Amino acid sequence: MNRIQKTFDSLKEKNEKALVGFVTAGDPNISESLKIIKAMCKAGLDILELGIPFSDPTADGPVIQRSSGRAIANGMTLKIALDMTRQIRQETDIPMILFSYYNPIHAYGNKAFYEDAVSSGADGVLIVDLPPEESDEMTSTWSGKELSLIRLIAPTTPVARMKSIADSASGFLYLVSKTGVTGSDGLNTGDVGTHIRTLRSVARLPICVGFGISTAEDVASVASVADGIVIGSAYERLIEENLNHADLPGLLAERTSIYKAATRITR
Amino acid sequence: MNFFNISGYPDAKGHFGAFGGRYVAETLMPALLELEQAYRTIVPTPEFQKELNYLMHHYVGRPTPLFYAKRLSEHLGGAAIYLKREDLAHTGAHKINNTLGQTLLAQRMGKRKVIAETGAGQHGVATATTAALFGMECKVFMGTEDIQRQAPNVQRMKLLGAEVVPVSSGTGTLKDAMNEALRYWVGAVQDTFYVIGSVAGPHPYPVMVRDFQKIIGEEARAQIFAMCQRLPTTLIACVGGGSNSMGLFYPFLNDPVEILGVEAAGKGVKTGKHAATLTAGSVGVLHGSKSYLLQDANGQIIEAHSISAGLDYPGVGPEHSMLKEAKRVRYESIEDGQALEAFQTLCALEGIIPALESSHALAQAMIEARKRPKSDILMVCLSGRGDKDLGIVASALKKGESA
Repeated sequence: MNRIQKTFDSLKEKNEKALVGFVTAGDPNISESLKIIKAMCKAGLDILELGIPFSDPTADGPVIQRSSGRAIANGMTLKIALDMTRQIRQETDIPMILFSYYNPIHAYGNKAFYEDAVSSGADGVLIVDLPPEESDEMTSTWSGKELSLIRLIAPTTPVARMKSIADSASGFLYLVSKTGVTGSDGLNTGDVGTHIRTLRSVARLPICVGFGISTAEDVASVASVADGIVIGSAYERLIEENLNHADLPGLLAERTSIYKAATRITR
Repeated sequence: MNFFNISGYPDAKGHFGAFGGRYVAETLMPALLELEQAYRTIVPTPEFQKELNYLMHHYVGRPTPLFYAKRLSEHLGGAAIYLKREDLAHTGAHKINNTLGQTLLAQRMGKRKVIAETGAGQHGVATATTAALFGMECKVFMGTEDIQRQAPNVQRMKLLGAEVVPVSSGTGTLKDAMNEALRYWVGAVQDTFYVIGSVAGPHPYPVMVRDFQKIIGEEARAQIFAMCQRLPTTLIACVGGGSNSMGLFYPFLNDPVEILGVEAAGKGVKTGKHAATLTAGSVGVLHGSKSYLLQDANGQIIEAHSISAGLDYPGVGPEHSMLKEAKRVRYESIEDGQALEAFQTLCALEGIIPALESSHALAQAMIEARKRPKSDILMVCLSGRGDKDLGIVASALKKGESA
């Protein structure tokens, strides 16, 4: 059984939902970024999404745009992100998902990316701008099935399309909470609940919800309907607002335990 | 010269050979599928074509003339140069051919709001114009650098009732404007139509924009036969994203005609400060399609540079990438200084002020004309008028004098 499935199974037994944390690899710099991620893992993160920065992140709001900019300015590349993955893997067993736009992977080489991602200990990849219509060119070069291809479902996705996406996905499904870029406000948990019910009628994989979730209250309310909650911009905002803080890893660890507590369902 | 069978491109998923496609976030996929469906079913109908043709004639002023540039040709002493006068279309550039088509389609699809990205401002002005014509709400995303260097067009868009949204990320140019337009569209996709201005972006934009622009080549083909009773020897057009060039080239692709696309070499391809994507780039994915790009070894996009805001873009339409690989079109590049010189020459010899974008095509035509016999016919797409560029030209010439 792979790490992703194992994680969802064991959380289910504990009556908890998955806390999925996104941070941009190399923000604010490579060594600090490693410390931040390790601290978040220790503080109870269930799944790590490691963001590979891209110069033109068209699905991201200003917070992740700026974090990508900081990381690239510090020399961050996909190759270094894979090295970081290898280092993090030595200290944790949680699933790690590489979160990227397609161009850095395409430039690295689809085949080499698969091999190096698997050997570094990554469990999945989510490519924002690679819909099922275009992903064969990448997966056809892969030598195995050890890397889950995490698929996105949007509020605009019609139900027939949801089904066809779910059928070709593995690991978990990432449901975008609202139309808009990452970090936009206006989370409507009622709408999210409706979308999840529709998606569950055609999909068996666990469903994680992301975009616009920033407070423990948001987490608790989405946790009541989803299998996992993705936090990205809120973590990156915390990094950005505390760039000169003496203990940035400590701050992110503390926030992680607060979010994690909100994923424990008590009823 | 390599002949090219154009039938079958793009394929059902929008691929031009190894290029094109739909590389977008899932939120936009349903909108692109809906747009493709509307484009396939609404645009070919007699009602749509009748209204489009009526407006192309009475509103845009088509057909635009094909003009024999006699004094310029004699000055160069070689081939005859004919100019396809897209600068005489309403709003002063070819861009309106496409915005009229897309805005009319948006209206038929029941969308009341349009957005657009713009570099030089010509596409923004054209979108604002057709939005005003149909009474639609219009937002135009424009880089802050371009807002400064193309100020007259910003004024025009505002007068036409559009909201100009400044984009300061990146270098504040066309690429960044397109990023921001895509981000806005992700959040407003349910009631907003995105009018993309070039043969770039995700399918169906490259094929749709080319089809709305191919009127340039269709007219020019008929006009050259009427004037000279033969095909031109060579077609020459500038390539940024590549819409005026695709519009001119497309109807000639199966003809025995040499075709030249001209990119912006900026300060020189060797300096790295250029926008010569096909000449010096590599294949990757940006703004929804796979094509040649300016990028580093890690797949990060490199900023383009050109004196011409409309060519200042690190990508290019996927159909151009296919035509390059098929060797059907030859791509050359022209530096800022050469374009400025061609700009001045056309003003002085023909009384026509060309856009700096079009001046790149002219500069290449001047090089070619000198090398060729008088019997050769070079057909150049004069894609726009240069009034918007007077400030840039004045300051560039001043800099040149003091240097």
